[in-house]
Amino acid sequence: MKKLMLGNQAVARGLYEAGCRFVSSYPGTPSTEITEQAALYDEIYAEWAPNEKVAAESAVGASLAGARSFCAMKHVGFNVAADPLFTASYNGVNGGMVVCVADDPGMHSSQNEQDSRHYAIAAKLPMLEPSDSGECAAFVGEAYEISERFDTPVILRTCTRVAHSQSLVELHDRQEKAIRPYEKNPQKNVAAPANAVKRHIEVEKRLVEMQAFAETTPLNRVEMGDTSIGFVTSGTCYLYVKEAFPRASVLKLGMVNPMPVQKIRDFAAKVDRLIVVEELDGVIERHLRANGIRVDGGKDIFGYLGELSQNKLRAAMGEALPKFNTYDEAVPGRPPVMCPGCPHRGLFSVLSKLKLTVLGDIGCYTLGSGAPLNAVDSVLCMGASIGMAHGFTKILGEEAARRSVAVIGDSTFMHSGITGVVNLAYNKSIATVLVLDNSITGMTGHQQNPTTGLTLKNEPTYPIRIEDVCRAMGIERVRVVDPHDMAATEDAIREEIAADAPSVIIVRRPCQLLKYVKAKPPLSIDPDKCKGCRSCMKIGCPAIRFVNKKATIDPTICVGCGLCEQMCKFGAFEGGEKE
Amino acid sequence: MKTTSIMIVGVGGQGTLLASKLLGNVLLGAGYDVKLSEVHGMSQRGGSVVTYVKYGDKVYSPIVDQGEADYILSFEILESARWISYLKEGGVLLTNTQKTWPMPVITGAMEYPEGIVEKLSAMADVTAVDALALAEQAGSAKAVNVVLIGVLSRRMDIPEAAWIKAIEETVPAKFLEMNKKAFQLGRQALDA
Repeated sequence: MKKLMLGNQAVARGLYEAGCRFVSSYPGTPSTEITEQAALYDEIYAEWAPNEKVAAESAVGASLAGARSFCAMKHVGFNVAADPLFTASYNGVNGGMVVCVADDPGMHSSQNEQDSRHYAIAAKLPMLEPSDSGECAAFVGEAYEISERFDTPVILRTCTRVAHSQSLVELHDRQEKAIRPYEKNPQKNVAAPANAVKRHIEVEKRLVEMQAFAETTPLNRVEMGDTSIGFVTSGTCYLYVKEAFPRASVLKLGMVNPMPVQKIRDFAAKVDRLIVVEELDGVIERHLRANGIRVDGGKDIFGYLGELSQNKLRAAMGEALPKFNTYDEAVPGRPPVMCPGCPHRGLFSVLSKLKLTVLGDIGCYTLGSGAPLNAVDSVLCMGASIGMAHGFTKILGEEAARRSVAVIGDSTFMHSGITGVVNLAYNKSIATVLVLDNSITGMTGHQQNPTTGLTLKNEPTYPIRIEDVCRAMGIERVRVVDPHDMAATEDAIREEIAADAPSVIIVRRPCQLLKYVKAKPPLSIDPDKCKGCRSCMKIGCPAIRFVNKKATIDPTICVGCGLCEQMCKFGAFEGGEKE
Repeated sequence: MKTTSIMIVGVGGQGTLLASKLLGNVLLGAGYDVKLSEVHGMSQRGGSVVTYVKYGDKVYSPIVDQGEADYILSFEILESARWISYLKEGGVLLTNTQKTWPMPVITGAMEYPEGIVEKLSAMADVTAVDALALAEQAGSAKAVNVVLIGVLSRRMDIPEAAWIKAIEETVPAKFLEMNKKAFQLGRQALDA
């Protein structure tokens, strides 16, 4: 039976079919749905970990215990998980272990465009790269076979166009895999110098063996056609090659680390021009050049930036592009915005008004950097806001501490904000941290987290209270405010930035998109009372428009949050409902 | 059969993903190889969204490039202007006339362009319908997506019954009748 499936859904199906028993991940676009879908199978234990490092370590533990285990993460999540994974490469596995990393060329939803293939090379781990949903499911099974055969974790690399495209998947039954017996083996599993020295020998031997495997595995496939051009490619780029040059010869690499040498050399000998097509960095190209295989086109014609496509291939190869018309006027951009009723809007309106330096973090609240709020000064990576606020205020002193805050979400706080707060308490900081607690992991599409009281499988669990955690770490100034009360929020921030101690303000209101958060009746504006001062426009609400010098509300999207009413000095807003 | 490319464009939150899922199910039921490509995460939240739907005997690339779309189904008129360069010569644009102001217009940095339908009609085969009004007539503003699927169904060579079957399989039972009505209103919109 064939089914239309998202790449991520197909990875989950592959896990089910391969007898995987354990999945632990932290959400991250474009990898999130793998774990959500895996959780729908009763045969798989699946959970959200507080971050990718814990997820990877848990998967290592499950593998050590003898089960087939898995974790998924986005490319930057691999940075967090890299520490355990580099050494898991030495220790190897008991039950097979697969790690999926989803790259985001084009940065549809990411802060950088790093190429995860470098990790496979650096950690000396095998990496497979599927092109579509069918391969997503099939390659998971292959990855577990490789993992157990070569005693190594295996990385499955996807990208946005594989993870978030749907194509047909042939469904198979689950192959139950018995839990392999656990035997104590410190020489293998205790990564202390004396053992690791010997394990490194095994790792290098394994690479040579896997290289030989790469020469013969059907994962790497030659499709001979017209021999005037031969493409070496992998993943989604293979599909662009087939679309733009259906008759050309292609060597498709399903295994991108280690890569074959002889197979590529033989292919190169059969074609007139050898072109390497890969997104982001020139990893395949460098491999060819290092092995003395001529490359007639690669990064020199495709560049290092963003996604490729069939037209980019055609253009780089000097082929004609399809004709098209363009709209001849400037079309206003449509950047993503905070939703109507978003609890972050009230807070960022206050921060914008106070003109504070805001060290931001990763989540929906990154949108506070856009117009008209323009409230964010810096965003780096998960959890960085607190460490950055610490360094910033240490250098610029008390005056800067009075003018700056760190802003971090509830899930990001649990992910990697906690250690930042430890540092504030330990190193006598006077920085102020705002934890935006919207009771869910928002940007990735509503995942539970350690503060919400529910697990991935929707079972009730202990809800960790952020205020308790902060107090336990030595922060004495901890308070909670509602961001929909902008006056109270402003007062709290003014008091805490003035304090001579580190403080945490928990800015708490659930995400407006949560099912249990009901919209209130929409507000309206009395045009006679509206003076056209545009104060209400400062909050950047998509439900308010300015027509004929007066503000008006779009009742189809207004959720009656009342923030606009708090901005109005003329009492022009009507209706709505007080709490 | 040659691959046919459809783009569904709109504003995050308008239900474009359900429309593409429905379309995917129709095409799958008709026995085609089908690929859909969508983008999640930061691109939603009221931002410009695009979904690619491709079908034929064998589909390779999941994305549609400039000058490649046989059809663009647009949920918002400014998005039609934004994505028109993706329509191939002789392609068909089916657009909702609904306007949703983007942030640069809300902040006053830019004007919402006027006369988009007229300008687009001069460069392509354009059908414009007020899908929001039809959706409200069917019983819910949220049915804009199914109204537009109804409009698209009239221009594609797939039997009506296949569309209705896909709606039955895709839409929750309690909204089924309303959505069937929305679909019919969309189909009939071209007769008006």
